[in-house]
Formats: sequence, C-alpha cells, structure tokens
Amino acid sequence: MSYIMIFITAIFVNNIVLSQFLGICPFLGVSKKISTSAGMGGAVMFVMVMSTIATYLIYHTLLLPNNLTFMVTVVFILVIAALVQMVEIILKKVSPALYQALGIFLPLITTNCTVLGVAILTIQKDLDLSHAVCFALANALGFTLAIVLFAGLRERLALTNLPEAVKGAPIALITAGLLSMAFMGFAGIGN
Amino acid sequence: MDKTSYENLTRGIFRENPIFVMLLGMCPTLGVTTSANNGLGMGLATLFVLILSNCAISAVKNFIPDKVRIPCYIVIAATFVTVVDLSMAAYLPTLHAKLGIFIPLIVVNCLILGRAEAFASKNSVYQSFLDAIGMGLGFTMALTLLGITREVLGAGSLFGWNFAGEGAETMLLFIMPPGAFLALAGLIMAVNRVRGAAK
Amino acid sequence: MTKIKKAKSSLSGMIFILSLVAGLSALVLGSVYKLTEEPIKKAKDTKELEAIKEVVYGDFANNPFEERFTISTADGKGKLELFPARDENGNIISVAIKTFSNNGFGGKIELMAGYFVDGTINKYKVIEHKETPGLGTKVAEPKFSEQFHGIHPGKHVFKVKQDGGNIDAVTAATISSRAVVDAIQRGYDAFNKLSAGN
Repeated sequence: MSYIMIFITAIFVNNIVLSQFLGICPFLGVSKKISTSAGMGGAVMFVMVMSTIATYLIYHTLLLPNNLTFMVTVVFILVIAALVQMVEIILKKVSPALYQALGIFLPLITTNCTVLGVAILTIQKDLDLSHAVCFALANALGFTLAIVLFAGLRERLALTNLPEAVKGAPIALITAGLLSMAFMGFAGIGN
Repeated sequence: MDKTSYENLTRGIFRENPIFVMLLGMCPTLGVTTSANNGLGMGLATLFVLILSNCAISAVKNFIPDKVRIPCYIVIAATFVTVVDLSMAAYLPTLHAKLGIFIPLIVVNCLILGRAEAFASKNSVYQSFLDAIGMGLGFTMALTLLGITREVLGAGSLFGWNFAGEGAETMLLFIMPPGAFLALAGLIMAVNRVRGAAK
Repeated sequence: MTKIKKAKSSLSGMIFILSLVAGLSALVLGSVYKLTEEPIKKAKDTKELEAIKEVVYGDFANNPFEERFTISTADGKGKLELFPARDENGNIISVAIKTFSNNGFGGKIELMAGYFVDGTINKYKVIEHKETPGLGTKVAEPKFSEQFHGIHPGKHVFKVKQDGGNIDAVTAATISSRAVVDAIQRGYDAFNKLSAGN
C-alpha cells in the first residue's frame, strides 16, 4: 500500500474515531473547546508515533523471536504507560513551552485506546517500520481532525437553546452520529 | 445481606450505570454492538475481567506502594484480559473473530481502571467483588440493550433470529457506524426520562 | 472508609513489587497459553476444513487440509494456499484455494474458492471480510454466490455486469461484488499457472 493511500484511508475512509470507534472517551470528554481538543490531538500524535515505534521494535526484537506473542497486550500497555511518563518528564525539562501546551493531556493518554489500538493494529496488519510510523501518524491526524471538527460543532451547540431531553450526552452523541454520517461519504475512495 | 453490600451490588446496575449514566467504556459500547449477541459477548467478557481484576487488586492493595499502583493495576488487568482473549480464541472462535481488536482493548476500558482506583483499592475483597458484579452487569445490560436496538432496527433480527423475512428493507443506518451514536443517544434519553420520573 | 496502612514507596520496594507483579503475570499467561495453544489451533483448522468441505466438488477421501501447499499468484508477488481433494484412487477431483482481494469496501476480503480440475468454479465461501453489514455482506448469500457455479474464468467473461460481464452485482454493493470476482480470478490465475507449469 502506498503512503498516500495509508493517509487517505486512515484519515477519511476508516477514521479511527468515527468509523473504528477507538478513542471515544477523549473524543466525548475533551471536546468542549477547539483549543483544548487541538492540544489533545497534538499530544496523541506525539505519543502515538513514539509508542508505535517502541512497540514495533519490542515486538520484532523480543516477543516474536522468543515466541512470546501472547504477551502483546501486557507488554504494550506497560510500554505505553512508561513512555507517557517518560515523555512527560523529558518534555518538562527540555521544552517547558510544549509541556505547558500538552502536559495536562499526557496522563489521560495511557487509557486512550487509540494508542494501544494502533500499536496492536500495526502488528496485526504486518506493516514494516516505515509504513507503521506512517500509519500511526495518519491515524493520529484522523483523530485530531475528528475531535477538532467535533469541538467546533459543540462550541456552536453550547449557544443554542436545546430541548431538556437532549441536553448533555444525547446531543453530543447525535452530533457525533451526524459527523460520522458525513464521513461515510468518503467510503469507497481508493477502489 | 447488609445494607452496604446491597448498595455496592446494585449501584452499577441502574443508578450509576457505567454507560447510560457515567459514560465510561464507550469504545466497545459503540464498536461491537452491531448485534445483540456481540453486545452480550463483549459485556460478559468485560464482566469477567472486571470481577477478576477487582478481586485481585483488592487482595493485594496493601502490598503495593502508592507510586507504582497504576502500572501494577494495569498489568493485573492486562493479564486477565489476555486470559480471556486466549480462552475465547480457543473455545468461542466465531465470537472472538467478531469482537476482534476490542478484546485486547478491554484493558484500556476506563471502567476497569476506574473501578480499580475508585473502589477496589479502598475496599475489601468481598465488597469489591459485589461492586464488580454490579458494574459488570450494568455494562453487559447496556451493551445488550444497545445491541438489540441496533440489530432489530438495522438488520430486522434478534439474537440472530430473523423476524423481518428474507430481503426485507431495514434501517441499515443502525448497524453502520453513525447508527451506533444515534441509537445510544436515543437510549440515554429514554434512561434519563425514566430516572427523571423515578425522582 | 477505614484508613489502610499502605506499603512504603521506596525505590527498591517499588522495583521489587513491580517485577513481582510482572513475573506473576508472565507465569499465569505462560500457563494459560500452553493450555489454549492446542484448542486455538484446532478451532482455526476446523474452520478452514469446514470451508473446504463446503466449496469442493463431491466427496473426497483424503484430508485436503493436511495435503495443503502454497502456490504463488500469477504476478508472483503473493502466496495462496491450495488444498487438493482426491478420490479413493488418489486422483485430484477438485481443489480449494484460499484466496483474497484487497479491493473490498472495507479492505481485505478472504475467501475459500472451490474449482474443478479444469479451473471451472464450483463454489466459494467468504472466510473473513470487513464489508458493510447488510450490504456488502450479501456477497456471502446464495442469491449472489450461486451465479458463480459452473463459470470458467478463462472461457467466460468473468466480470460483474457494470464492467461488461455476466455477474449480477449485489445491489448497492458493486465494490464488494467486484472484490469477490477479483479474489476468485486471483485464485484461478494462480491455479492456471500451476497447471500450465506441470
């Protein structure tokens, strides 16, 4: 598969949030404002690419040769948790400005299932390292696009007068449903 | 059963239902509920992991230093998830294939770590067990309900039994991704209505 | 809530506990893996053997699953698995080929295709797919799949009607229908190349 196709498929056709249903928690939870959702998107991008590289290397140098593939879930989640902590510590030292922007989102990312999901999907799809990095980046962009669009819609919604019954979770879900419907228009691209 | 135990057992089923009220664990909720069977299967797998991890974490809570408790909880949860993953692949291969990547992802289901941190790390094994059963059943119920809604509207069948007849026109939207969001929105509205009436 | 005395967070303590937990986890998983290894393999094999039984022509006397071998696709880039079905005398009566197409609506479709010895299609069974439920999934239903019986991809125009062939595509799922044709064609081409080589 070409690199461009990976991007188009992951961002539009099989959007990780709107059609694969990964990362719904931050998608619903951190999407009240465009600025915070963009920050979340940036943090996810950073961690997802790093963790995909780390898990890829560990899988192919440690787990696969030793026939330990059944340990994937345990090892990957530990690696991701450790990596998030490390990124947090390093970022604090090296680039306080970036830490200011992304810092508060980092602890949330361990339990963001897009990160573990993409790491496992990379292994399942049997990609090589450069495709894997590309795949991770594309999915992170897809996540960011979805969450920023959604936040834009919610900023407007906050100003409208809603019926009592749909206030809160229902209207957020209905909006997400409509957004997902819009993304279905991309289905089939590339065939 | 004394009052606290009863409270802990029933809390998750309706009053603090993890999906309809707390909005926890949304990914599998939306991702696998294209049919009632899938919803039920995912719910039971999560229930199983939740019971084991809640009990185990509650049992070892005093030995684990505070600073490494989250990694420890994650490893414990991930172990049980893999046990479920392997057992399902061996004995329920069809369901395992359908639930796919959402089985390993049970480990990052906020419900598991959420209950570990909020309940099991502070309460006795027995109470944590009750809490896990309540929350797990609430989760299973919600997933099955969503699965039923989507399957009936979208595929014209129920638990695989086709009542609409061969080639019937059904609302396909409901088994496609957007339908998941819309069906859940509808169910939450209904639940809110019932809760409002009960107050 | 009662106040519980927590273990101290000293560095050596933390390392010890974390390694202990990880070690226990590895122990549990290792034993569960050993226990389930055999059943998992069996479940997978049974699924394929059943698919083979369904798609090959007639009754076979051998175990096609054990006699399987890999063949390369016509362009030489991919690998497919071929399962020969033999009668009591050991003559091949039909073959099943596990083939695929990457052009499905949701990506890869895997199917088990059964051919007569001359390459004519008998039946196929979809093994794995990610097609749209209710639309693309209809390629697994008899109304669509029965059209393939008796078609020879080399002699007939083996395409969906939209592309000038004879296969009625599933309504609103032309891409999925095309992908099935593509997969069966791929299997046929590989089989053809193999027969020509012999």
